Amino acid sequence: MASMRSIKRRKESVQSTQQITKAMKLVSTVKLQRAKTRAEQSKAYFECMYETVKSMLAKAGTINHPYLKAGESSKKAVIVITSNRGLAGGYNSNVVKLITKNEDLKKEDLKIYAIGKKGKDALERAGYEIAADYSDMIDEPVYIDAMNIANTVLKAFSDGEVGEIYLAYTAFKNTVVHIPQFLKLLPVSGQETETTETKTDADDKLLMNFEPEETEALDLIIPKYITSLIFGGMVDAVASENGARMQAMDSATSNAEEMIDSLALQYNRARQGSITQELTEIIAGAEAIS
Amino acid sequence: MADERNFELKIITPDRVFYEGEAVMVEFNTTEGEIGIYKHHIPMTVIIKPGILTITEENDETREAALHAGFVEILPDRVTIMAEIIEWPQEIDLDRAEAAKERAEERLLHKTSETDVARAETALQRALARIETVK
Repeated sequence: MASMRSIKRRKESVQSTQQITKAMKLVSTVKLQRAKTRAEQSKAYFECMYETVKSMLAKAGTINHPYLKAGESSKKAVIVITSNRGLAGGYNSNVVKLITKNEDLKKEDLKIYAIGKKGKDALERAGYEIAADYSDMIDEPVYIDAMNIANTVLKAFSDGEVGEIYLAYTAFKNTVVHIPQFLKLLPVSGQETETTETKTDADDKLLMNFEPEETEALDLIIPKYITSLIFGGMVDAVASENGARMQAMDSATSNAEEMIDSLALQYNRARQGSITQELTEIIAGAEAIS
Repeated sequence: MADERNFELKIITPDRVFYEGEAVMVEFNTTEGEIGIYKHHIPMTVIIKPGILTITEENDETREAALHAGFVEILPDRVTIMAEIIEWPQEIDLDRAEAAKERAEERLLHKTSETDVARAETALQRALARIETVK
Protein backbone atom coordinates (compact mmCIF):
# COMPACT_ATOMS: atom_id res chain seq x y z
CA MET A 1 0.00 0.00 0.00
CA ALA A 2 1.23 3.46 -0.95
CA SER A 3 2.45 5.61 1.86
CA MET A 4 0.21 8.12 3.52
CA ARG A 5 2.32 11.02 2.34
CA SER A 6 2.22 10.08 -1.31
CA ILE A 7 -1.55 9.52 -1.23
CA LYS A 8 -2.03 12.87 0.41
CA ARG A 9 0.14 14.58 -2.15
CA ARG A 10 -1.73 12.93 -5.01
CA LYS A 11 -5.04 14.00 -3.54
CA GLU A 12 -3.88 17.58 -3.25
CA SER A 13 -2.72 17.62 -6.84
CA VAL A 14 -6.04 16.25 -8.07
CA GLN A 15 -7.79 18.85 -5.97
CA SER A 16 -5.92 21.72 -7.56
CA THR A 17 -6.56 20.30 -11.01
CA GLN A 18 -10.21 20.15 -10.13
CA GLN A 19 -10.15 23.80 -9.17
CA ILE A 20 -8.73 24.66 -12.56
CA THR A 21 -11.26 22.60 -14.49
CA LYS A 22 -14.03 24.09 -12.39
CA ALA A 23 -12.87 27.60 -13.20
CA MET A 24 -12.55 26.75 -16.89
CA LYS A 25 -16.05 25.37 -16.86
CA LEU A 26 -17.39 28.57 -15.37
CA VAL A 27 -15.51 30.69 -17.90
CA SER A 28 -16.73 28.68 -20.84
CA THR A 29 -20.29 28.73 -19.50
CA VAL A 30 -20.22 32.51 -19.55
CA LYS A 31 -18.61 32.57 -22.98
CA LEU A 32 -21.11 30.05 -24.23
CA GLN A 33 -24.00 32.28 -23.20
CA ARG A 34 -22.54 35.15 -25.19
CA ALA A 35 -21.64 33.04 -28.20
CA LYS A 36 -25.06 31.43 -28.15
CA THR A 37 -26.89 34.74 -28.31
CA ARG A 38 -24.67 35.81 -31.18
CA ALA A 39 -25.24 32.57 -33.02
CA GLU A 40 -28.97 32.90 -32.56
CA GLN A 41 -28.98 36.48 -33.76
CA SER A 42 -27.06 35.77 -36.90
CA LYS A 43 -28.99 32.61 -37.60
CA ALA A 44 -31.80 34.67 -39.13
CA TYR A 45 -29.48 36.09 -41.75
CA PHE A 46 -27.79 32.78 -42.35
CA GLU A 47 -31.06 30.95 -42.91
CA CYS A 48 -32.69 33.69 -44.88
CA MET A 49 -29.68 33.90 -47.16
CA TYR A 50 -29.80 30.17 -47.72
CA GLU A 51 -33.51 30.24 -48.48
CA THR A 52 -33.20 33.22 -50.77
CA VAL A 53 -30.34 31.85 -52.79
CA LYS A 54 -32.04 28.49 -53.04
CA SER A 55 -35.33 29.93 -54.18
CA MET A 56 -33.51 32.28 -56.52
CA LEU A 57 -31.72 29.41 -58.16
CA ALA A 58 -34.95 27.46 -58.38
CA LYS A 59 -36.81 30.34 -59.95
CA ALA A 60 -34.04 31.48 -62.17
CA GLY A 61 -34.25 28.20 -64.06
CA THR A 62 -31.20 27.13 -65.94
CA ILE A 63 -28.62 29.82 -65.81
CA ASN A 64 -25.21 29.07 -67.06
CA HIS A 65 -22.85 30.62 -64.62
CA PRO A 66 -19.28 29.78 -63.62
CA TYR A 67 -20.24 29.67 -59.92
CA LEU A 68 -22.81 26.97 -60.63
CA LYS A 69 -20.49 24.39 -62.10
CA ALA A 70 -17.26 22.89 -60.89
CA GLY A 71 -14.03 24.40 -62.08
CA GLU A 72 -11.60 22.44 -64.18
CA SER A 73 -8.97 22.13 -61.50
CA SER A 74 -9.08 18.91 -59.47
CA LYS A 75 -7.94 20.85 -56.40
CA LYS A 76 -10.40 21.43 -53.64
CA ALA A 77 -10.30 24.27 -51.18
CA VAL A 78 -11.48 23.41 -47.70
CA ILE A 79 -12.11 26.06 -45.09
CA VAL A 80 -11.60 24.39 -41.74
CA ILE A 81 -12.99 26.09 -38.67
CA THR A 82 -11.61 24.87 -35.35
CA SER A 83 -10.49 26.59 -32.17
CA ASN A 84 -7.23 28.14 -31.08
CA ARG A 85 -7.26 26.39 -27.73
CA GLY A 86 -7.52 22.80 -26.70
CA LEU A 87 -9.20 21.15 -23.73
CA ALA A 88 -12.51 21.04 -25.51
CA GLY A 89 -13.02 17.30 -25.64
CA GLY A 90 -13.39 15.91 -29.13
CA TYR A 91 -14.32 19.27 -30.63
CA ASN A 92 -11.24 19.86 -32.76
CA SER A 93 -10.44 16.28 -33.64
CA ASN A 94 -14.00 15.69 -34.84
CA VAL A 95 -13.65 18.46 -37.40
CA VAL A 96 -10.23 17.22 -38.48
CA LYS A 97 -11.61 13.69 -38.83
CA LEU A 98 -14.20 14.97 -41.29
CA ILE A 99 -11.32 15.61 -43.65
CA THR A 100 -8.85 12.85 -42.87
CA LYS A 101 -11.47 10.09 -42.72
CA ASN A 102 -13.32 11.19 -45.86
CA GLU A 103 -12.33 8.84 -48.63
CA ASP A 104 -13.49 11.12 -51.43
CA LEU A 105 -10.87 13.65 -50.47
CA LYS A 106 -7.37 12.91 -51.59
CA LYS A 107 -4.65 14.48 -49.52
CA GLU A 108 -2.75 15.92 -52.45
CA ASP A 109 -5.87 17.53 -53.93
CA LEU A 110 -6.69 19.60 -50.90
CA LYS A 111 -5.82 23.13 -50.06
CA ILE A 112 -6.64 23.98 -46.48
CA TYR A 113 -7.74 27.44 -45.46
CA ALA A 114 -7.46 27.16 -41.71
CA ILE A 115 -9.39 29.20 -39.18
CA GLY A 116 -8.23 28.00 -35.78
CA LYS A 117 -4.79 26.87 -34.76
CA LYS A 118 -5.71 23.38 -33.52
CA GLY A 119 -7.12 22.24 -36.84
CA LYS A 120 -4.29 23.81 -38.75
CA ASP A 121 -1.64 22.08 -36.62
CA ALA A 122 -3.32 18.70 -36.84
CA LEU A 123 -3.73 18.86 -40.61
CA GLU A 124 -0.24 20.21 -41.12
CA ARG A 125 1.14 17.29 -39.14
CA ALA A 126 -0.90 14.89 -41.27
CA GLY A 127 0.74 16.34 -44.36
CA TYR A 128 -1.98 18.51 -45.85
CA GLU A 129 -1.23 21.68 -47.73
CA ILE A 130 -2.13 24.77 -45.73
CA ALA A 131 -2.89 27.55 -48.17
CA ALA A 132 -3.68 30.19 -45.59
CA ASP A 133 -4.07 30.61 -41.87
CA TYR A 134 -6.68 32.91 -40.39
CA SER A 135 -6.45 31.67 -36.83
CA ASP A 136 -6.75 35.08 -35.15
CA MET A 137 -10.22 35.56 -36.53
CA ILE A 138 -11.93 32.88 -34.52
CA ASP A 139 -11.35 34.73 -31.24
CA GLU A 140 -13.83 37.41 -32.20
CA PRO A 141 -15.65 36.61 -35.45
CA VAL A 142 -16.64 39.72 -37.38
CA TYR A 143 -18.33 39.90 -40.73
CA ILE A 144 -15.45 41.74 -42.43
CA ASP A 145 -13.13 38.79 -41.74
CA ALA A 146 -15.55 36.37 -43.33
CA MET A 147 -15.70 38.70 -46.31
CA ASN A 148 -11.93 38.65 -46.69
CA ILE A 149 -11.78 34.87 -46.55
CA ALA A 150 -14.63 34.58 -49.03
CA ASN A 151 -12.85 36.92 -51.42
CA THR A 152 -9.63 34.93 -51.15
CA VAL A 153 -11.22 31.57 -51.89
CA LEU A 154 -13.41 32.98 -54.64
CA LYS A 155 -10.36 34.48 -56.29
CA ALA A 156 -8.65 31.10 -56.15
CA PHE A 157 -11.80 29.63 -57.71
CA SER A 158 -12.06 32.13 -60.54
CA ASP A 159 -8.33 31.95 -61.20
CA GLY A 160 -8.74 28.22 -61.70
CA GLU A 161 -6.50 27.27 -58.76
CA VAL A 162 -9.27 25.29 -57.14
CA GLY A 163 -12.31 23.61 -58.67
CA GLU A 164 -14.50 23.25 -55.62
CA ILE A 165 -14.84 24.93 -52.26
CA TYR A 166 -15.90 23.23 -49.03
CA LEU A 167 -16.46 24.33 -45.48
CA ALA A 168 -15.79 22.13 -42.45
CA TYR A 169 -17.14 23.41 -39.16
CA THR A 170 -19.17 22.42 -36.14
CA ALA A 171 -22.84 23.30 -36.27
CA PHE A 172 -24.38 24.41 -33.00
CA LYS A 173 -27.71 22.72 -32.40
CA ASN A 174 -28.02 23.38 -28.69
CA THR A 175 -25.81 23.48 -25.63
CA VAL A 176 -25.12 19.75 -25.63
CA VAL A 177 -25.46 18.84 -29.30
CA HIS A 178 -22.83 20.01 -31.76
CA ILE A 179 -22.54 18.37 -35.13
CA PRO A 180 -19.37 18.49 -37.19
CA GLN A 181 -20.39 19.38 -40.72
CA PHE A 182 -18.88 19.30 -44.16
CA LEU A 183 -20.59 21.68 -46.55
CA LYS A 184 -20.06 22.30 -50.21
CA LEU A 185 -19.93 26.02 -50.91
CA LEU A 186 -19.06 26.06 -54.57
CA PRO A 187 -20.25 25.14 -57.09
CA VAL A 188 -23.65 26.03 -55.72
CA SER A 189 -26.28 23.41 -56.31
CA GLY A 190 -29.86 24.09 -55.41
CA GLN A 191 -30.74 20.82 -53.72
CA GLU A 192 -27.97 19.47 -51.53
CA THR A 193 -29.23 19.72 -47.97
CA GLU A 194 -32.97 19.76 -47.56
CA THR A 195 -33.85 22.28 -44.92
CA THR A 196 -37.15 23.86 -44.03
CA GLU A 197 -39.44 23.34 -46.96
CA THR A 198 -42.10 25.78 -45.85
CA LYS A 199 -43.87 28.59 -47.65
CA THR A 200 -41.89 28.00 -50.82
CA ASP A 201 -44.73 26.32 -52.66
CA ALA A 202 -46.58 29.49 -53.49
CA ASP A 203 -43.41 31.38 -54.24
CA ASP A 204 -42.15 28.78 -56.63
CA LYS A 205 -44.74 29.67 -59.19
CA LEU A 206 -43.52 33.23 -59.49
CA LEU A 207 -40.84 33.90 -61.99
CA MET A 208 -37.99 35.83 -60.50
CA ASN A 209 -36.64 38.83 -62.36
CA PHE A 210 -33.13 39.99 -61.91
CA GLU A 211 -31.90 43.47 -62.12
CA PRO A 212 -29.12 43.56 -63.30
CA GLU A 213 -29.53 40.38 -65.34
CA GLU A 214 -29.01 36.90 -63.90
CA THR A 215 -25.34 36.32 -64.50
CA GLU A 216 -24.35 39.69 -63.18
CA ALA A 217 -26.67 39.46 -60.20
CA LEU A 218 -25.35 36.02 -59.28
CA ASP A 219 -21.84 37.38 -59.62
CA LEU A 220 -22.67 39.79 -56.84
CA ILE A 221 -24.92 37.60 -54.72
CA ILE A 222 -22.93 34.38 -54.61
CA PRO A 223 -19.95 36.02 -52.86
CA LYS A 224 -22.36 37.41 -50.27
CA TYR A 225 -23.87 33.95 -49.91
CA ILE A 226 -20.46 32.37 -49.38
CA THR A 227 -19.51 35.11 -46.93
CA SER A 228 -22.66 34.57 -44.93
CA LEU A 229 -22.06 30.83 -44.78
CA ILE A 230 -18.49 31.33 -43.60
CA PHE A 231 -19.59 33.90 -41.06
CA GLY A 232 -22.40 31.68 -39.86
CA GLY A 233 -19.94 28.81 -39.63
CA MET A 234 -17.57 30.89 -37.53
CA VAL A 235 -20.25 32.07 -35.13
CA ASP A 236 -21.62 28.55 -34.79
CA ALA A 237 -18.15 27.14 -34.28
CA VAL A 238 -17.41 29.54 -31.43
CA ALA A 239 -20.63 28.57 -29.69
CA SER A 240 -19.89 24.86 -30.23
CA GLU A 241 -16.34 25.26 -28.99
CA ASN A 242 -17.46 26.74 -25.72
CA GLY A 243 -20.24 24.22 -25.40
CA ALA A 244 -17.81 21.38 -25.99
CA ARG A 245 -15.33 22.82 -23.53
CA MET A 246 -18.01 23.28 -20.93
CA GLN A 247 -19.03 19.64 -21.25
CA ALA A 248 -15.43 18.43 -21.22
CA MET A 249 -14.61 20.48 -18.16
CA ASP A 250 -17.78 19.40 -16.43
CA SER A 251 -16.93 15.75 -16.81
CA ALA A 252 -13.30 16.45 -15.86
CA THR A 253 -14.52 18.11 -12.67
CA SER A 254 -16.76 15.20 -11.75
CA ASN A 255 -14.00 12.70 -12.57
CA ALA A 256 -11.70 14.61 -10.28
CA GLU A 257 -14.38 14.50 -7.61
CA GLU A 258 -14.52 10.70 -7.94
CA MET A 259 -10.76 10.41 -7.74
CA ILE A 260 -10.64 12.62 -4.67
CA ASP A 261 -13.24 10.44 -2.99
CA SER A 262 -11.39 7.22 -3.68
CA LEU A 263 -8.07 8.78 -2.65
CA ALA A 264 -9.64 9.99 0.58
CA LEU A 265 -10.78 6.45 1.26
CA GLN A 266 -7.30 5.09 0.54
CA TYR A 267 -5.74 7.74 2.71
CA ASN A 268 -8.01 6.96 5.65
CA ARG A 269 -7.34 3.26 5.31
CA ALA A 270 -3.61 3.87 5.24
CA ARG A 271 -3.92 6.13 8.29
CA GLN A 272 -5.93 3.55 10.19
CA GLY A 273 -3.46 0.89 9.13
CA SER A 274 -0.51 2.86 10.37
CA ILE A 275 -2.20 3.60 13.70
CA THR A 276 -3.02 -0.07 14.19
CA GLN A 277 0.53 -0.98 13.35
CA GLU A 278 1.97 1.57 15.77
CA LEU A 279 -0.32 0.30 18.53
CA THR A 280 0.68 -3.29 17.91
CA GLU A 281 4.32 -2.25 18.05
CA ILE A 282 3.86 -0.38 21.34
CA ILE A 283 1.94 -3.26 22.92
CA ALA A 284 4.50 -5.75 21.72
CA GLY A 285 7.28 -3.54 23.14
CA ALA A 286 5.49 -3.18 26.49
CA GLU A 287 4.95 -6.93 26.72
CA ALA A 288 8.58 -7.59 25.98
CA ILE A 289 9.66 -5.32 28.86
CA SER A 290 7.28 -6.77 31.48
CA MET B 1 -57.79 50.76 -46.44
CA ALA B 2 -54.41 51.29 -44.92
CA ASP B 3 -53.94 47.59 -44.41
CA GLU B 4 -54.24 46.87 -48.07
CA ARG B 5 -51.30 49.02 -48.93
CA ASN B 6 -48.98 47.35 -46.47
CA PHE B 7 -46.45 44.72 -47.25
CA GLU B 8 -44.12 42.80 -45.02
CA LEU B 9 -40.67 44.31 -44.73
CA LYS B 10 -37.75 42.52 -43.18
CA ILE B 11 -34.23 43.84 -42.96
CA ILE B 12 -31.66 41.33 -41.81
CA THR B 13 -27.98 41.84 -41.12
CA PRO B 14 -25.40 39.22 -40.18
CA ASP B 15 -25.57 40.35 -36.55
CA ARG B 16 -29.24 40.96 -35.95
CA VAL B 17 -32.69 41.48 -37.38
CA PHE B 18 -32.51 45.17 -38.12
CA TYR B 19 -36.13 45.84 -38.93
CA GLU B 20 -39.24 43.75 -39.11
CA GLY B 21 -42.67 45.15 -39.73
CA GLU B 22 -45.21 46.50 -42.13
CA ALA B 23 -44.41 49.22 -44.61
CA VAL B 24 -46.25 51.11 -47.32
CA MET B 25 -43.26 52.02 -49.36
CA VAL B 26 -39.56 51.45 -49.23
CA GLU B 27 -36.96 53.36 -51.23
CA PHE B 28 -33.28 52.66 -51.73
CA ASN B 29 -30.42 52.89 -54.18
CA THR B 30 -29.55 49.94 -56.43
CA THR B 31 -26.95 49.23 -59.07
CA GLU B 32 -29.57 50.22 -61.67
CA GLY B 33 -30.57 53.45 -59.93
CA GLU B 34 -32.85 54.53 -57.13
CA ILE B 35 -36.11 52.66 -56.77
CA GLY B 36 -39.19 52.84 -54.63
CA ILE B 37 -41.33 49.79 -53.98
CA TYR B 38 -45.02 49.51 -53.23
CA LYS B 39 -47.06 46.40 -52.66
CA HIS B 40 -47.67 44.09 -55.65
CA HIS B 41 -44.33 44.73 -57.19
CA ILE B 42 -43.21 42.06 -59.64
CA PRO B 43 -40.83 39.51 -58.11
CA MET B 44 -37.36 40.88 -58.48
CA THR B 45 -33.90 40.63 -57.02
CA VAL B 46 -31.80 43.76 -56.99
CA ILE B 47 -28.33 44.58 -55.75
CA ILE B 48 -27.83 47.45 -53.35
CA LYS B 49 -25.56 50.40 -53.89
CA PRO B 50 -24.66 52.67 -50.97
CA GLY B 51 -27.46 55.13 -50.34
CA ILE B 52 -30.29 56.09 -48.06
CA LEU B 53 -33.03 53.67 -47.23
CA THR B 54 -36.38 55.27 -46.57
CA ILE B 55 -39.19 53.26 -45.04
CA THR B 56 -42.65 54.78 -45.19
CA GLU B 57 -44.84 53.27 -42.54
CA GLU B 58 -48.60 53.03 -42.32
CA ASN B 59 -49.28 56.48 -40.89
CA ASP B 60 -47.00 58.16 -43.42
CA GLU B 61 -44.17 58.31 -40.97
CA THR B 62 -40.79 57.79 -42.53
CA ARG B 63 -37.67 56.25 -41.11
CA GLU B 64 -34.27 56.54 -42.65
CA ALA B 65 -31.11 54.50 -42.48
CA ALA B 66 -27.81 54.34 -44.30
CA LEU B 67 -27.72 51.16 -46.39
CA HIS B 68 -24.36 50.21 -47.84
CA ALA B 69 -24.24 46.72 -49.22
CA GLY B 70 -26.36 43.68 -49.74
CA PHE B 71 -29.25 42.64 -51.93
CA VAL B 72 -33.01 42.73 -51.87
CA GLU B 73 -35.52 40.08 -52.70
CA ILE B 74 -38.81 41.63 -53.73
CA LEU B 75 -42.01 39.60 -53.82
CA PRO B 76 -45.54 40.98 -54.28
CA ASP B 77 -46.35 40.90 -50.58
CA ARG B 78 -42.94 40.67 -49.01
CA VAL B 79 -39.61 42.46 -49.26
CA THR B 80 -36.50 41.02 -47.68
CA ILE B 81 -33.41 43.17 -47.50
CA MET B 82 -30.28 41.17 -46.83
CA ALA B 83 -28.09 44.03 -45.70
CA GLU B 84 -24.43 43.47 -45.06
CA ILE B 85 -24.02 46.93 -43.61
CA ILE B 86 -26.87 49.17 -42.45
CA GLU B 87 -27.09 51.86 -39.79
CA TRP B 88 -29.71 54.03 -38.17
CA PRO B 89 -28.76 57.73 -38.15
CA GLN B 90 -27.99 57.65 -34.42
CA GLU B 91 -25.43 54.89 -34.96
CA ILE B 92 -23.38 56.88 -37.44
CA ASP B 93 -20.18 58.60 -36.44
CA LEU B 94 -20.33 61.79 -38.49
CA ASP B 95 -16.69 62.76 -37.98
CA ARG B 96 -15.53 59.40 -39.18
CA ALA B 97 -17.74 59.59 -42.24
CA GLU B 98 -16.43 63.08 -43.07
CA ALA B 99 -12.86 61.85 -42.73
CA ALA B 100 -13.60 58.85 -44.93
CA LYS B 101 -15.17 61.12 -47.53
CA GLU B 102 -12.08 63.30 -47.66
CA ARG B 103 -9.79 60.31 -47.89
CA ALA B 104 -11.78 58.82 -50.75
CA GLU B 105 -11.91 62.14 -52.61
CA GLU B 106 -8.19 62.52 -52.14
CA ARG B 107 -7.58 59.09 -53.60
CA LEU B 108 -9.81 59.75 -56.59
CA LEU B 109 -8.19 63.11 -57.22
CA HIS B 110 -4.63 61.86 -57.24
CA LYS B 111 -5.02 58.63 -59.10
CA THR B 112 -1.97 56.46 -59.59
CA SER B 113 -1.75 53.11 -61.29
CA GLU B 114 -2.17 51.43 -57.91
CA THR B 115 -5.35 53.23 -56.97
CA ASP B 116 -8.28 50.91 -56.72
CA VAL B 117 -10.79 53.28 -58.29
CA ALA B 118 -13.81 51.07 -57.74
CA ARG B 119 -13.01 50.72 -54.07
CA ALA B 120 -12.42 54.42 -53.59
CA GLU B 121 -15.69 55.19 -55.33
CA THR B 122 -17.63 52.78 -53.12
CA ALA B 123 -15.97 54.28 -50.07
CA LEU B 124 -16.98 57.75 -51.21
CA GLN B 125 -20.56 56.69 -51.87
CA ARG B 126 -20.69 55.06 -48.49
CA ALA B 127 -19.39 58.16 -46.72
CA LEU B 128 -21.85 60.36 -48.60
CA ALA B 129 -24.74 58.09 -47.72
CA ARG B 130 -23.79 58.23 -44.06
CA ILE B 131 -23.49 62.01 -44.03
CA GLU B 132 -26.72 62.42 -45.93
CA THR B 133 -28.62 60.13 -43.56
CA VAL B 134 -27.54 62.08 -40.50
CA LYS B 135 -28.68 65.35 -42.07
